[in-house]
Order: sequence, then C-alpha cells, then structure tokens
Amino acid sequence: MTATVTVGDRATEAWRGFAGTRWRELIDVRDFIQANYTPYEGDASFLTGATARTRAVWERVGALFPEERARGILDVDTATPSTITSHEPGWIDRDRELVVGLQTDAPLKRAIMPNGGLRMVENSLKAYGYEADPFVTKVFGTYRKTHNDGVFDAYTPTMRTARKVGIITGLPDAYGRGRIIGDYRRVALYGTDRLIEAKRAEKALLDGRPSSEHVIRDREELAEQVKALGELTRMAATYGCDVSRPAVTAHEAVQWLYLGYLAAVKEQNGAAMSLGRTSTFLDVYLRRDLDAGTIDESRAQELIDDFVIKLRIVRFLRTPEYDALFSGDPTWVTESIGGVGDDGRTLVTRTSFRFLQTLYNLGPAPEPNLTVLWSPRLPAGFKEFCAQVSIDTSAVQYESDELIRPRNGDDAAIACCVSAMAVGKEMQFFGARVNLAKALLYAVNGGRDEMTGDQVTPGTPALTGEYLDFEELSAAYDRVLDWLARTYVNTLNVIHYMHDKYAYERLEMALHDHPVHRFMACGVAGLSVAADSLSAVRYARVKVIRDATGLAVDFVTEGEFPAYGNNDDRADSLAVGLVESFMAKVRRHPTYRDAEHTQSVLTITSNVVYGKHTGNTPDGRRAGQPFAPGANPMNGRDRHGVAASALSVAKLPYEQARDGISLTTTITPEGLGHAPQERAGHLVGILDAYMSSGGFHMNVNVLNREVLEDAMEHPEKYPELTIRVSGYAVNFVRLTREQQLDVISRTFHGTL
Amino acid sequence: MTAVTTGRIHSWDLSTGVDGPGTRFVLFVSGCPLRCLYCANPDTWHMRDGRETTVDEVMAEIEKYRAFITTAGGGVTITGGEPLLQPAFTGEVLRRCKEAGLHTALDTSGFLGARATDELLAATDLVLLDIKAFDVGTYRKLTGGRLAPTLNFATRLDRLGVPMWIRHVLVPGWTDDPSAIDALAGFVAGLEAVERVDVLPFHKLGAAKYGALEIPFPLKDTPTPEPELVERVRDQFRGQGLKVY
Repeated sequence: MTATVTVGDRATEAWRGFAGTRWRELIDVRDFIQANYTPYEGDASFLTGATARTRAVWERVGALFPEERARGILDVDTATPSTITSHEPGWIDRDRELVVGLQTDAPLKRAIMPNGGLRMVENSLKAYGYEADPFVTKVFGTYRKTHNDGVFDAYTPTMRTARKVGIITGLPDAYGRGRIIGDYRRVALYGTDRLIEAKRAEKALLDGRPSSEHVIRDREELAEQVKALGELTRMAATYGCDVSRPAVTAHEAVQWLYLGYLAAVKEQNGAAMSLGRTSTFLDVYLRRDLDAGTIDESRAQELIDDFVIKLRIVRFLRTPEYDALFSGDPTWVTESIGGVGDDGRTLVTRTSFRFLQTLYNLGPAPEPNLTVLWSPRLPAGFKEFCAQVSIDTSAVQYESDELIRPRNGDDAAIACCVSAMAVGKEMQFFGARVNLAKALLYAVNGGRDEMTGDQVTPGTPALTGEYLDFEELSAAYDRVLDWLARTYVNTLNVIHYMHDKYAYERLEMALHDHPVHRFMACGVAGLSVAADSLSAVRYARVKVIRDATGLAVDFVTEGEFPAYGNNDDRADSLAVGLVESFMAKVRRHPTYRDAEHTQSVLTITSNVVYGKHTGNTPDGRRAGQPFAPGANPMNGRDRHGVAASALSVAKLPYEQARDGISLTTTITPEGLGHAPQERAGHLVGILDAYMSSGGFHMNVNVLNREVLEDAMEHPEKYPELTIRVSGYAVNFVRLTREQQLDVISRTFHGTL
Repeated sequence: MTAVTTGRIHSWDLSTGVDGPGTRFVLFVSGCPLRCLYCANPDTWHMRDGRETTVDEVMAEIEKYRAFITTAGGGVTITGGEPLLQPAFTGEVLRRCKEAGLHTALDTSGFLGARATDELLAATDLVLLDIKAFDVGTYRKLTGGRLAPTLNFATRLDRLGVPMWIRHVLVPGWTDDPSAIDALAGFVAGLEAVERVDVLPFHKLGAAKYGALEIPFPLKDTPTPEPELVERVRDQFRGQGLKVY
C-alpha cells in the first residue's frame, strides 16, 4: 500500500513533459516507467566510446587498484562506525566527476559497520594489520549489542552444531544479510520530502491498530525509515545536492539515484547490495534531455560511465576468510537490464545498451553485476549486442524474464545472483544454504559426521549393508532431510529476528512499500553430487568402506551409472526429486514474519569450501574435492555439450526453487562456431533455446583454458580478466589458487 | 513388416557452429573407407567398433533436443566416420528427421557419394562436402582414396540443387599449394548449389586419441597453419566470388 500525497510545485518543473497520472498520486515507479519509456528496437551502432574525461576519472581511481590488490585493502577508517551521515564527503577527481559521492571521505577507503557483528570488524582489521579502535570496541562490546551477539544468544545447541560441521553453512549470522534492493529510483523521481510524507502516511495508517508486537515493530521501523530518509537528505547536501526535491535533469536523476544507493552502502554491508532495475528508468530522463538538446549521446554515455565507476568501487570491510568463501571482494551491485513488459513491449531502451557499453568504455569488470533479463522476445539487435559483450568480456549473466515476469511482475530485479523480487515491493531474508551431499552421508552414517565422527542429528540407525541399497538409503536420506529442513528454517528465523532488531536496513526499507512481501530464501548446495551419488547407488553397485568405528568413509562403485548433466532422465529425475522434496520439507516450518518459503540452487563460489568439508561420496567424488557450482553438473561429467548440460538443469522446477537456479557455462570461442562473426548469433540461439526450455539462469563465459592457465602464472598480464563464477563475476586473478584450479577443472564446452 | 533398420554409431553430441548452422545434434557413425592423415577421429574408423543402434533409438535421443535445436537455429548433422558407408541407416535417420521438421545435414567426404540415393538426398537440407585436396596424387596420398567420386558427387548435388558447404582442411605442406587451391576454388565456384566454403585450419586435438588407440599419428610433426596462410587461402576462394569462413 502506498499513501496519497499531493503534488508539490517543485514537481512541476521536474516532471515537465512526463505522461501518466497514477504515479503522480502514489509512489509507483513502475507506472511512471510504463507511461514514459521508449522501447528501443535498434542495434548498438548509436553507442559512443569513453571520453577523455571518463578515461581520466577511471585512470585516477584505477591507479589505486594495484596497491589495494597487494595489501588486501587500501585504507580503512577504524574509528567511525559508518552511518549515512558519518563521513565527510569525498571525491575521486572533484573537477571532473559528474556523479559524486563516496562511502567515506576517500576512494576505496573502507568503513566499519559493527552493527552486524563486532568480531567481524575486529578480525577484519587485524587481518589487514590495523588496530581496532578502543572506543568502538567499548561501545559495541559494552553498550550496544550487535546482530551477531543476538543470534548466538538465541541459537540452540543443535543450531550451533549444524553450523559448525557445515551441514548448514554460509549463514548471515555474523555479517549483514543483504539481498534487499531499495527502490533507489524513488529518490530521483519524487525527492525525499515526498517519500518522507508517504512514509508518515503509511505509519499513520497503523495509528488505530492495537499495539501488538507486530504493530509496534512496524511503527518503530517506519519511524526509522523516515529518519534514514532525512539522513540521506543531509548526506546529499554535503555533496551540494538537494535530494529533498525530485531530479530535474538526467544528470540529477543519475546523481539522486546514486545518492540513494550510496546511503544504503554507507549504512549496510550486506552480503549483496544490489542496485535494482534502473537503466530504463534513467532512459526516460536521458531521452528527455537528448530530445531537448541539452545533452548529446556522448554526454549520456558519460553519465552512465561515471555512475558505473562509482558502482565499481563500492567496498566493504570483510575478513580474508569471507573473501575466500566468496572469491575476491564481491558486493553484488546487480543491475537488471532488459526484459519485456506485461503489455508485450520490450523494456529494452538505449540506456540498456549504455550500461553494457561500460564494459567496453571502462574495460571488463565484475561489478556492477550486469544481469540481462532474457526473453526470446527481446529485440534482435539487443540480443546480438548482449551476446557479443559476453563473448568479448564474459561479464554478463542471463536470467529468464519469462519465468520472472509472471511471478514477480515486469518491474522485478535480481538481488545478488539469481534472486528475483519486485523492486520496492518484495524483499528477502537471505538464508544461504544446506549441504545436500553431506546430508546424504549422514543418511549412510545414521547422522554421524563423516569427517569428525560426531553424532550431529538425533541418533538413527546407520546403514549396515556391504552394498548400499537404494530404497534403504532413500528412506534414511528422507529422515535426515526432515531434520535438516526443520533445523534450517528455525535457524534462519533466529537470524532474521535478530537482524531486524539490531541491524535493520532503515534506508533500503524506506525505499519499499509498507507492508512489504517477504521471502525466506533457503538454499541447497551439492545437488549434482547428491543426485549422482543416488544414481550410482541405483544404477551401479556401491560398496561401503567403513572404518573401525563403523563410520562409512569411502565407497567403491562397480559399474556405470548415468550422471546428471547429460539430459538423461534417469539421473536428472533424481536431481528434480531432491529439489522438490527439500522444498516441500522447508515449507512445513513456519517462518519469521510469515515470510514466503523459497529456495535457491546456488553456491556462489563456496562450492570449493563446501567440498573441502565433505567426505568421499558414492558418486566417486573424493573427500575435499569441490562441488560443482550451483545447479551445475559435476565437472567433466556432462559429456554431450552445452545443450545437453543446460537441458538437464532446465528440468529443475523453478516453481520449487523460486530463489533461483544457477548454471555457469564455459564455452571456448570455437565452441560457438568456427567463424567469429557467427558466434554472437549462435549464442543468442543457445540462450533462446535454453530459456524456451524452462532454463532460469546462465552465466556465460567464453574463454580458453590456456588463457586461464596463463593468467594463473602471470596475473600481472590479466588485471581485467573477468569470469562468471556462480551468479556473479570476479576478477580471475583475485581468486584463491584453489578456486582458480576449480574453475580450470570445469567443463569447457568446446569442439574437436 | 520391413526389417528394423540398424546402424553402427560411435556417439552423439551437441555442437554449435561447427557442423552446419546453429546448435546441432551431431550423430557420429562408425566406419570410414578413407584414412586421412590428419583425421581427428581415428576412433570412428572401424564399423565393428561402433555400437549397434536402431533408428528408433537414435530418433528418441534426437527428440529430447528437438525444441532446443530448432529454437537455436540448428538441426541434425550426421557425420562420422563416413555416413554413406551405412546409406540405409543414414538415409532413414535423415528421412525421419526431415519428417519431424528438423533441418538435416550430411557431413561426408563424398567418396561414397554414389551410394546416396536420390531419396536420401531429398531428405538432406545441406551437405557438408569435404574436398580434402584437388590434386589426384595428393588426394590419394592424403586419404588413401580417389578424388573423382567426390567431384562427381559435387556435380550431382549441384544438378539436384542440394545446398552444399564445401570444407577444406588446410594442412601446411599438404593442401596449401596455391595453384591447387586456385583450381579447387575454380571448380567450387562453378557449382551453383554451394552456399559457402569453410577453410578449416588443421589442428592436432585428435592426437591424444591416436595415443589411446596405440597407433601413430602421421602428422604429429606437421605444424598447424599460421593465420597468414589461412587468410591467404580464404582470399583465394574469395577471389572466385565465394562466401568463405
């Protein structure tokens, strides 16, 4: 619900020439876009390159990267817990910058955000050779409780154990949960005064309600949201921008939107701080100024380039272990581009092209995480351009607009990697994932951990046969998964209760409607290992090797078995069954704030770490070996090319995994055809076919193994080499050596 | 009741942009009468090594990809080995694919072109015709076979109006002689049904297969062609007004 607000005089100039009415009365950015945007059906020929100004700004900040890479972080303000207004303004190159605003008073200087957890801050500082500030330690150790403290107060012994052994893993219990997308466009379209007015009206609607715990919490949160918008106004003023009023020009629209986003990343270090779906919104403003002749194409591109420079240098202070888990230093500034509207018009505009063009003008980079909402119905010129950008940069991911639109609407965006939500109307409680492969071993071992021998689940009989029996194993697995789903949802409830209480995303939630629809985003890892293990037991013979204590520590597989990833229903149906069954189990447990249960099949890059913590599996995978990322088939087991592999993944039902199903594909350039000029067309065909077959997400890397091997040996030659890993992109040279080896060992779909 | 048509196949795969247009289901049949020195698939030489398969089984596998390859602008390619070594099987698969509305391609050396019936060719949307050399002596030394059947087949395809993509593997010292290329280009330019020419640089990615089969790879010391050489040869074809990749 949004509340009615009167149109002030200041809006008259800002909204000159705009059509539509509903969005004037209510906070409704989608309605504004629909009433005003101009679809673009042409090709990329209108685009312009980087100007000297853009290059100068980018070089200025780029000169800081080598030192940052070498030291881990360039600088940090240890003494000032970050808030929207905590830091003085900072610049890269004050005379040249078009879009201004930094998280602290200097580029790449990081801030501390102890609300999530003091330990995380202290460990991070220590790891990079900084002392924790005694006053900060005292305040957050004595007077101000953190999210992390709250969670551990309410965890049960079972939850702690499940977390420690890594059967539930990656939980946001010591850091910001992220994956919430503020509708930053609202700042540009309405200005903060109007947004505050609307928030007050939403709060007033609660005045007559009985003061139940829920209502009190809502009132307090709305009050905090209003304060956060006020802080945004003050922070913007330090940069000379009056965001209390709507943006009048395209330049202001980009700037206002960015300041809204900047306020969010000053306040929160969420694991993923995604941007939303801004390009077609901004296109309305750029087009108006282009039509009026106040800017030209080169200037329009400069504004987007400058905006993207800012998005590329968002930084958070995190521990090296965190970076090892997630590869490099990711922020998931995901921008969703393209898609089709409910009325059938494409949502592609010239600015959709301009965002992708930044990968040429500024060179390839992992952030912002450019995500194309793909539909076979997208204009041919745009599809061709996307494919060419993928071939040239490997920096784009694709998600099915045809699956997202019917469920989240035509103004949805991706948070993090693959999580779709209606911008400003839906949010999620990020829940990381459970380890399905380890759970399978628990089924064999009656709930004892295969690495430690400790009893983790309530005692159930271990399987004792010399060979594993499929029916027996399935029944035991089902019991373990019952326990796991219950423990998991209850753990997430604790985490999100505490996060709301101690590290509430005031500004991001101020840019949502009230009430908001919430998802409880569960997830699974190790799907292909578990499916192939079940397949081995069912179609081959799997002999169990036990240690002296009866713990199954290894398996000998006799005979052949079909592997997931070859479009073979015998194996693929086992993967489908696991996804369906675990989702059903998760749904049985009530969630905090009645969030709607979802799950993802996504590992980010933690497939390496999860593998490290999982013993030998019946599919032949050795203890410690990485899992395949996300929903990928196991490395090297998909033997029939990219189409077969993709079709296996496409069988996983999106309805039972609405938080997203991730497929990372690596194709050699030759694998897209002998003739370079035909490759983009071929990639378009693959994406059309995959999405038409029900596929949800595809990371596309177009790379040769030799290039990656050379980059491992000579990282200095490849500072920009970007690859898609699992829902996001990274600088290859910033991966750990283990992760690099994992990437290289993955299937490269090529040709002989 | 007619007898069930069976064939011996090596494997199947999905490929993009290398075995005809778009993403294609590629059926590798077993057995080949030639022994090209540069062969990348020595594991497909002998029919006896193939797996006996019915056309129905092949069609069931293809069916799983029908929507995908159609949307991706592709189809089905039969290659090998030499598909025309098993003309009944190959013809039946092509016919069934054609009936199913799939784009069909036949990848052949043309050496056994005489075995392709007009019905088989009527079910073939595209022939990928590999003309391995244009000098009779070189052809024999390179492949162990005769050139004439291939040229006769090309002429016949042209007469029937079956679209062709001519393929020529460029092997330094073997198939790069400028005058032979000119002669080949001249011949190809005279065929109206030729849509394009693919000049494929010789590669050694199949070398490991020779190791596994414990047979010597005859061209193990032959270099892959330099980009300049590839461009020169492509230009020679272009000079005849041909579309060349």
